Amino acid sequence: MKRIRFWGTRGSLPVALTAADVRRKVVAALRGASGRSFASDAELDAYVDSLGMAVAGTFGGSSSCVEIESGRPDYVLCDLGSGVRAFGQAAMAKHGATPQTYHIFMSHLHWDHIMGLPFFTPAYIPGNRIRIYGGHATLEAALRRQQEEPSFPVPFSIFRADIEFVHLEPGRRHDVAGMSVTLKLQRHAGDSYGYRFESQGRTVIYTTDSEHPLVDAVETDSFVEFFRDADVVIFDAMYSLADAISVKADWGHSSNVVGVDLCQRARVRHLCLFHHEPAFSDETIAGVLADTRRYEEITRTGAPLLVTTAYDGMEIDL
Amino acid sequence: MEFSSSRFADVFVAIPVGRVDHTNAESLNQALAPLLAQSDGVAPSLVLDFGRVEYISSVGLRVLMMAAKQARSSQARIAVAALQPVVGEIFAISRFNHVLEVFPSVREALAEISPSALAEFDAAQKPAAI
Repeated sequence: MKRIRFWGTRGSLPVALTAADVRRKVVAALRGASGRSFASDAELDAYVDSLGMAVAGTFGGSSSCVEIESGRPDYVLCDLGSGVRAFGQAAMAKHGATPQTYHIFMSHLHWDHIMGLPFFTPAYIPGNRIRIYGGHATLEAALRRQQEEPSFPVPFSIFRADIEFVHLEPGRRHDVAGMSVTLKLQRHAGDSYGYRFESQGRTVIYTTDSEHPLVDAVETDSFVEFFRDADVVIFDAMYSLADAISVKADWGHSSNVVGVDLCQRARVRHLCLFHHEPAFSDETIAGVLADTRRYEEITRTGAPLLVTTAYDGMEIDL
Repeated sequence: MEFSSSRFADVFVAIPVGRVDHTNAESLNQALAPLLAQSDGVAPSLVLDFGRVEYISSVGLRVLMMAAKQARSSQARIAVAALQPVVGEIFAISRFNHVLEVFPSVREALAEISPSALAEFDAAQKPAAI
């Protein structure tokens, strides 16, 4: 594995910046530049970079879709949220109608994780091979159903790519696209599955829509082992810990604090916060990241854990 | 983790010591259980003196959340007092400062919760008359 690329990072529902949001960012950037001059584009870029994501960017609004560059020609994706539309456009721009193979691993079948498929252009192209993997027995039925009338005007049967559904047993190693892939059942309404991808000495964990109630030590320990020594853990950090175990208990999501605790115990190198609450502004998400880095710092007992927060377009080199 | 407790009128003051993490959070849970139990239909309130707690993990915080739920279901109050700066940061980052009452000192917590408990607490702090 060479690289992780995020095409959709928002939880539950895609979001978009409003005109007022953009205006606030422009005003903040101009205010910060007041009285300054920029002798070159490099100086200007340096200033923009200094502003941070909350002013100079956005964490983004597409729902879950993550690409793992396997080092082989085949594409590997996690989930078919709305972010897969942009991924499909990028793949089409690169390859045109030249057939490609896409391996897609589904965490679960809730709407925000499947809604991008009808807009995934490669599915309409003859010759493309699409393999959709998951632990749910209803995987194929769920993806076909979302394109039935009256929910969508284009039926699944319109797709011209060679599409197959592959059921994967949790707890076993599966060899796909040169990677060892292991699923783990997670707590979420209707179940979800986390994935451990291992290849070429690198390990990536994709664990979203997963609640950790911290009631059963054996269950919590099993996640520590699932994460053990991973290079990157992409972790559902939708809520604060207080919310996740009180007013939003049983909503099926986790917190930044639990992410750090599990990753520190598992000696993970990089925790990437993911599946952002749709009500959170860029400022709030940036604040959660700062809080999480501080929490990691004050609770650290071993090697440092790198903490980042995912945004649409972000890349992590492995 | 060491643990001790004292009763002042209708309030227990519990004093955990050291780190509270996945290795000993259940011990804290078991230590708090009898303090939260009702007696004659009345549950005492609880003040956790965190002055000597160096660290608390998410598993430990969950124990506090469960204790708070139990206390509230009995119309009792629960508060945390005298947080060390690092533990105070953990409370803020986890947003536990929004779901638990936090006081700078045990005395201030008792003053808010129970005047009679405060009186007994103050009396216990004075040196015995000779």
